[in-house]
Order: sequence, then C-alpha cells, then structure tokens
Amino acid sequence: MELFANLALGFQTAVTPMNLLYCLVGALVGTLIGVLPGIGPVQTIAILMPTTFSLPPVSALIMLSGIYYGAQYGGSTTSILVNVPGEASSVVTCLDGYQMALQGRAGAALTISALGSFFAGCFATVVLAVLAVPLSELAFKFGPAEYFSLMVFGLIGSIVLASGSMIKAVGMIVLGLLLGMIGTDVTSGVQRFAFGIPELADGIGFVSLAMGLFGICDIINSLEKKENREILKDKLTGLWLSKADLKASAPAVLRGTLCGSLLGILPGGGAILSSFTAYMIEKKISHNPESFGKGNIRGVAAPESANNAAAQTSFVPLLTLGIPPNVVLAMMAGAMMIHGIQPGPRVISSNPELFWGVIVSMWLGNVILVLLNLPLVGIWVRLLSVPFRLLYPAILLFCCIGLYSVNNNTFDIGLTAFCGLLGYVFHKLECEPAPLILGFILGPMMEENLRRGMLLSRGDPSVFFTRPLSLAFLLVAAAMLVMLALPAIRRGRAEAFKEE
Amino acid sequence: MRIRHPKDFLTGLMFLLFGAAAIFFAADYTIGSAAKMGPGYFPFALGALLAALGVTLLLRSVFWAKGSQAGPVLHLKPLVLVLSSVVLFGLLLRPLGLLVSTTLLVVVSSLASHEFRWKVALLNAAVLIVVVLVVFVYCLDFQVPVWPVFMAVRA
Repeated sequence: MELFANLALGFQTAVTPMNLLYCLVGALVGTLIGVLPGIGPVQTIAILMPTTFSLPPVSALIMLSGIYYGAQYGGSTTSILVNVPGEASSVVTCLDGYQMALQGRAGAALTISALGSFFAGCFATVVLAVLAVPLSELAFKFGPAEYFSLMVFGLIGSIVLASGSMIKAVGMIVLGLLLGMIGTDVTSGVQRFAFGIPELADGIGFVSLAMGLFGICDIINSLEKKENREILKDKLTGLWLSKADLKASAPAVLRGTLCGSLLGILPGGGAILSSFTAYMIEKKISHNPESFGKGNIRGVAAPESANNAAAQTSFVPLLTLGIPPNVVLAMMAGAMMIHGIQPGPRVISSNPELFWGVIVSMWLGNVILVLLNLPLVGIWVRLLSVPFRLLYPAILLFCCIGLYSVNNNTFDIGLTAFCGLLGYVFHKLECEPAPLILGFILGPMMEENLRRGMLLSRGDPSVFFTRPLSLAFLLVAAAMLVMLALPAIRRGRAEAFKEE
Repeated sequence: MRIRHPKDFLTGLMFLLFGAAAIFFAADYTIGSAAKMGPGYFPFALGALLAALGVTLLLRSVFWAKGSQAGPVLHLKPLVLVLSSVVLFGLLLRPLGLLVSTTLLVVVSSLASHEFRWKVALLNAAVLIVVVLVVFVYCLDFQVPVWPVFMAVRA
C-alpha cells in the first residue's frame, strides 16, 4: 500500500529527537499562550510565528502545527473554566462546558474535550492522508483559469463566516487583495504602492499584518472592556469520566468527528462552522434538547471533536490546492511561504518528506496534547489566574522581539503598530479582518493566474466560463453570494452569530 | 439627510478612500490590455471595485438604511498607549538597547490598564528583562543590542 509507505516516510521525518522536541515545545507553548483568555489559535500563531523562522522548514512546520493544536486545546480549557472563548470556534464549548464546570464537573469536561479531540485528530489525519494524493493529482490538471475561479470560490466562501454586512466582507477581501499587491510585481519588476520605502519592496510582511490585526489589536480591545473575569478557583478533582458520561459522549464524538472532517475541507469551513454545526446536530437529534446549555456532556464532546477534526482536514485544500480555507490556514500558508515553500500540489511531489512529516506530526501533536495537557491541567488553570495587567505587556514584548528577529529591522515593528491601528479601526467599524488576511495571502496568486489565463486566451474572458471546472467554481461562488443576500438566510445567519 | 448607520457610512468612506488611492497610484503603472496585463491592471480593477463598494455603503447608510445604529465609541487611552509603547520600542531598540527599551515598553503599555501601579509595572519589567535575557539572548542567541550604544562602545 502506497499510503503506508507514505506514512512510514512521514514517521521517519517526524520521529527524530529534534522534531519530536519541536512538536512538544510547540504544543506546550501553544497551550501556554492559547490558554490566555481572549487569545485563540490565530493570535497565538501570529505571536509565535517568528520563533519558528530560524528552524529548518520541516521542523518549523511541525512546531507550528504543534502550536496550532496546543492553542486550540488551550482555548477549550479557557472556555470551560473561565467562560471566555479564545476564538469563535470555542464559543460553543462555553455553552455547556462552563455549565459543567459550575456543577463541579470541569474535570470531566476537560477530559472529554481532550479525548474527543484526540479521536477526531486521529480520524482526520487518516482522511487527510487518503485524500491528499488524488486531490493533488487533480490539481495538476488545473490551468490558470481553474485556479483563478477556485480562489474566487474560496474567498467568497470566507464571507459565509464573517458576521455582519456582506458588502463589508467583500470590501475587506478586496482591500486584502490590494494590500497583497504592495511590493515588487513579479512579472514586470515594477514596484507598486511602495512609495520609495525600501522595506516595502518585498511587500508588507505577513507577520506584521497578522500580529497587528490580531495580536496587538486584540490586546487594545480587551483593555477597553475592563472586564472582570470569574475564575473557578475550586480544585479540579476527578478527571476521569464515569461510564454514563462515556456512553453519552461516544456517539457525539463520532458524529462531531464526521461533521468536522467534512466541513473542514470546504473553503470557508474549518473549525468555527463545524463546531456550530456539530452542536446544532446534537441538539436536534437529542431526546431532551432542553438539557443543552445546562451542562450536557454531549454539548462539549461534539463541537470539540468537530473543531479538531476540521482543524486537521482544513489542511487538505492548503496542501493539495494551495488554497487556505480559513484564517488559521492562511497563517500556515504565510509561514510556509516565508520558508520558501509555495503551498500547493507540488509540495507532495517535490517535498514528500516535508508533506508526510507534517501530516504525521499533526497526529503526534494530538498524542502529546492528551499525554501532556490532562496531567498538566492544574498548571494551565493557575496560569489563568495571572492578572491580565501583567500578561499583556509581556505579550507585547514578545511580539516586538519576535518581529525584530524576523528581518533584524525595526521597520517591521512600526508597521505592526500601524496594522494594529488599522485593526482597531476595522473593529470599531465592525469589519472582520479574517477575509482581509485571506485576500492578502491569495492576492498575488490570483493576479498571476488571472494574467496567465487571459494571456493564454488572448484576452478573451470567456475562458473562465467555458472550462467546466472553472465554471463550476464560479457558479457555486455566485450561488453562495445570492444565498447570502436572500433575506431569510441572512436572518438565520445573524441568529447563528448572535448565539456567540 | 441623516446618516442612520454611522459605522456603515464610515466604512464606506474608508473603502472609497482606499479604492481611490489604489486607482490613483495604479494609473501610474502600465495598465496594458486584457491579453497582456501590465502591473497596473489588476490593482486598478480592484481599486475600482473597492470604491464602488464604498459608494454603495455610503448611499445605503444615508438613503436606504432602516432604523438607526449607534456610532463607534472610542477609548483612546489604551489605543494610544499600547501603540506608542510598541513604536517607542522599535525606535529605541537600536540606539538604547534591550534593557532600556523593554522597561519603557512595559511601563508605557502598563499605563493603559485601569489598574496601573508603578511598583507592579516596574517589577513586571524587571522580571521580563530577566526572562528575555535568559531565553532570547543566552539560549536562542538572539542578535540584539543589550546595552545603549554609548555604553557598549567601551566594552
């Protein structure tokens, strides 16, 4: 079986003492930062990205995946114990998780969230490994027209997740695409929108943009709120699940995993959509839906499994088609590009050890999380009681030092502050930054494929509509736009976001 | 004429400004033709799209919007203090070194908290300096000036 040979190659790459160490450190540090209230995977990756830049590409990606899973797990811990979700995907976990914690069952909630995530992670890793080869072979048949349309589809898909006005979300995408244009044009060598600033010749640094929009901006927003958090100071007792708990949650974990694996692959899908959907499904099929929101263990098990499964399978479009389906994966794509790897179908053939190494390390990351986080949960809880006024200067400091270390220049630090200001304005105007980041990552690729496609068709735009696959992508994108514009669906979407 | 949705109105204005700027600068680069796009083609088109979206938002917020919406509420203190602490760090790192710039970053950004206390902020700075020195300078061998330039010359 080719699959086993591939996975064996992956194990060879990932299971070296150094890489295991990086995976471990990534998972630990990821949890450490992710457990802080108000900080989710996106912020964590933005803050920690520079620490991986000095490593060789494989180790860096392994560490980043570790950070990603760690942060996600850390986020669930905060949701359950403090009722402050680090990011949208753990919002649902708050509903029943915090209630369980109030009833003194925080241990059970944490355990099921870890075990469910682990099971989901294992399953989704297999899905990823099975789908990767055929999908990347399909991608080789893509011409520039198909790529362009696929990116349009992906970008429109990201709007589904942005709350609020559709026009604003489209505008943010376009703004992101424009920001991606800054720097030297690859085809002509002309410097665009650089205004004679030498540091902008290579474009806006991805780290600066991400850190400004997510890290720094979120710190400012939390400072505005002056919120007082209630932390459950009770000792965590009894991490073990009772037999009844296990029996109730096992099918929920299974359903959540399937739901997450499926939704994770779709552009615009990923952790948020899947955890919401999984929760809805559980509530719908339950015999007593009233018990949800009052500490039903299935309300923790299903979304937690779903978001981890989706986190894993959302690597499929990135690694096979080169299209990041959501913001977190856009961060991974940005990090890969900084290491000189263009995500896409070529990765699997040109860097097989990297590709399979990363896949295997994702699974290893899940193992490490179960082994580490459950025993260490006491430490994470104690970390939660460190007051925010001591934490945020430290986060700012690590951001600044990390930024300086990327290029050894201080311009990036100033640029990040500017992006933080921009993020603040966006936040005040209720414009979500996530579509902007996706646009920023996809901008240069989109332009290149548009140019190439039009060059091949000698300026005839009908090429995008006559090639069947390209047409299909565009039609689905158009259908999504129409659906979002329909009043009935708009209302439903507003309600879904209100539940946050 | 009354602006019913100030947030939408301002967003529209922002999109319009960014779009207009993109069009203005992209017009300087070669536009080319559809078959042979120059460096200005795609940015020009995006700028036009963004400006159009901005105009739509502007019109909608004034003429078509129903009900009214609260305008954005700004708290300038955390914004200004956090951003200036970051900018200060960037400006002072090279000339004054890690110790001085870290202390300033921590103290200035701590001022943004409503629970600010000098003793706590200075203690926090001291602890963080030790952490940074041990982790970044000695363990990760991070290339950064530690002491101010005028003191390091002698060493």
